[in-house]
Amino acid sequence: MKVFFFHLMPYGALDLSYAERHDSAWVTLPNSYFDPKIGQELYRRYIGELELADQLGFDGICVNEHHQTAYGLMPAPNLIAAVLARTTQRARIAILGRALPLVSNPVAIAEEFAMLDHLSGGRIITGFVRGIGSEYFASAVNPTHSHGRFYEAHELILRAWTEVGPFRFQGRHYQFEYVNLWPRPLQQPHPPVWLPSQGSSETVEWAAAAERKYTYLQTFSPIKAAKKAFDLYRHVAERQGYTSDPSQLGWAVPIYVAETDEIARRELQPHIEAFFNKFLRLPLDMRLPPGYSSIASTKSLIEAKFALRANAMTIDSLLELGMVVAGSPATVRDRLLALQQELGIGHLIAMLQVATLPAELTEKNLRLFASEVMPFLRNDMAGDSPPVTAAGA
Amino acid sequence: MRESIAEVRGQRLRVMEAGEGPTLLFFHGSSGLSWTPVLEFLSRDWRVVAPEHPGFGRSQIPDWMMGVGDLAFFYLDMLEALELRDLNVVGHSLGGWIAAEIAIRNTARLNAMALLAPAGVASDVPFGDIFLWSPEVNAQHQFYDPALAEQRVKAQAALDLDVVLQNRAAVARLAWSPRLHNPQLPYWLHRIDIPTLLVWGENDEVIPPACHEAFLREIPRAELFTLPKTGHALQIEHADHAAKRVTAFFRDARR
Repeated sequence: MKVFFFHLMPYGALDLSYAERHDSAWVTLPNSYFDPKIGQELYRRYIGELELADQLGFDGICVNEHHQTAYGLMPAPNLIAAVLARTTQRARIAILGRALPLVSNPVAIAEEFAMLDHLSGGRIITGFVRGIGSEYFASAVNPTHSHGRFYEAHELILRAWTEVGPFRFQGRHYQFEYVNLWPRPLQQPHPPVWLPSQGSSETVEWAAAAERKYTYLQTFSPIKAAKKAFDLYRHVAERQGYTSDPSQLGWAVPIYVAETDEIARRELQPHIEAFFNKFLRLPLDMRLPPGYSSIASTKSLIEAKFALRANAMTIDSLLELGMVVAGSPATVRDRLLALQQELGIGHLIAMLQVATLPAELTEKNLRLFASEVMPFLRNDMAGDSPPVTAAGA
Repeated sequence: MRESIAEVRGQRLRVMEAGEGPTLLFFHGSSGLSWTPVLEFLSRDWRVVAPEHPGFGRSQIPDWMMGVGDLAFFYLDMLEALELRDLNVVGHSLGGWIAAEIAIRNTARLNAMALLAPAGVASDVPFGDIFLWSPEVNAQHQFYDPALAEQRVKAQAALDLDVVLQNRAAVARLAWSPRLHNPQLPYWLHRIDIPTLLVWGENDEVIPPACHEAFLREIPRAELFTLPKTGHALQIEHADHAAKRVTAFFRDARR
């Protein structure tokens, strides 16, 4: 299994009492809560944490895109990826991802990723997402065009990467007389494409389709939901006439390692609870703008979210649901090995910093995880596909 | 009140209809088609015909429907297909915007128009964020009288969620961005050559009363009627007053 470190770059200094006056950490939370001096220091620190992960031997480091929120300070994730391309040496750099429908010029995304591919020496992994519901309030893009723009932008970007230009693109949402990418990407035929999602069956089926075989990444959700999405992926693959490889499946989860289970629980508790209850605080109507998802999946999301978030999350409920893995090195190792078996995944996306988790604890977590947990996940091949060798080869 | 299905250019439309006399065409607002009190009052004097916009209710959003302008052309096709003439048109909120977009294109089949708290034109006062408000908060912003808001909250709970979500998606398709208006509309309002009545609730928190200014300034034969202590849902809150004023206006109106 390959192990990646995923940083959300939250505004960790957020005054959590905001919740008494505002109903969300997204879009409507006044940016007077952001102190520029602290912001600058956080960027410096967070980039350092990503660089440390490279030095500690992680297979990859990940950034992502969100807008107008204390949850993450990366409205332009490719800027961070460009810095990392120069300051890291070995790790793959995954941008999980760019929100395709939010831009009016998807060719610019193809261009940026192609540039990053060169700057990083072919180390980038590109992630394509629609952006979460609140992004449509922040960008003014019509949520009823979200799916249409996503699929069309995807097609345009893939063609820009792989087809000889110039060519003409005549879409419903995007029209270009000239598409002719300079530079072409370094990785051929194109950089890997990953699909991070919270498990909508439409996305899983689309990622698993034989003509794409994109790595599907389940982002923090209960184990049961993750298992369901991965099973669906494998099922779709079989239906399409191939057997999917574990490397096509990834799971993103907050992980915290400390000296003992007790210390881990005590140190993580305020930060992980702030993460789910304060940083991920979005009213339903901000989460689900009209037309963003089909009526059927909107209805099931309404029911699921009501069930899940009716009460504030506690570290115990999070551990029980499998939305967080925490404990001593042995506990975390055993739990992850068991989950690797259960889920059949080939990528673990470890979120080792969340919300308000301070620098010292983040560094301790990174170092303990890298030295005491990661080697065991790498060596154990249980979740990896058996080597396939043709007879006589 | 009778319900029927009209077919216009392959699109099936649910239509509510009641009353006798000259035809009054009613365009509903963002909460969808229902037989609101104002329609009941109007149907005492007119044959009220109220179509459900494409994409609302149990229909799918048609591929061609990218904005209110498309809907305006569609309804002009409908007026031709149904051979409707000398029409008096009433539109509430989103429906008022649709009526205005029809009228800047072609008034040949229209006699007069009443726009009830119409969307379509922005002012310096922001619109209420009908997309971000929860259903409860939305209801509170619709009325001046809190008791009516309370009733609305209760009534909402009984609505079919599929229809509610479909209506919201259809409104978003038409009005998400630019939010609830067409920045070009003020430039073409001068083309509306029929008598036009603007009716606004003084306490409208969804489409601010200040939005009436461009309509009143640009439409040559426009007049404004303001309802005190009235919110956006004036077709419910002061249906009787609004209907009386609209009926009187249409009686006198000659294009």
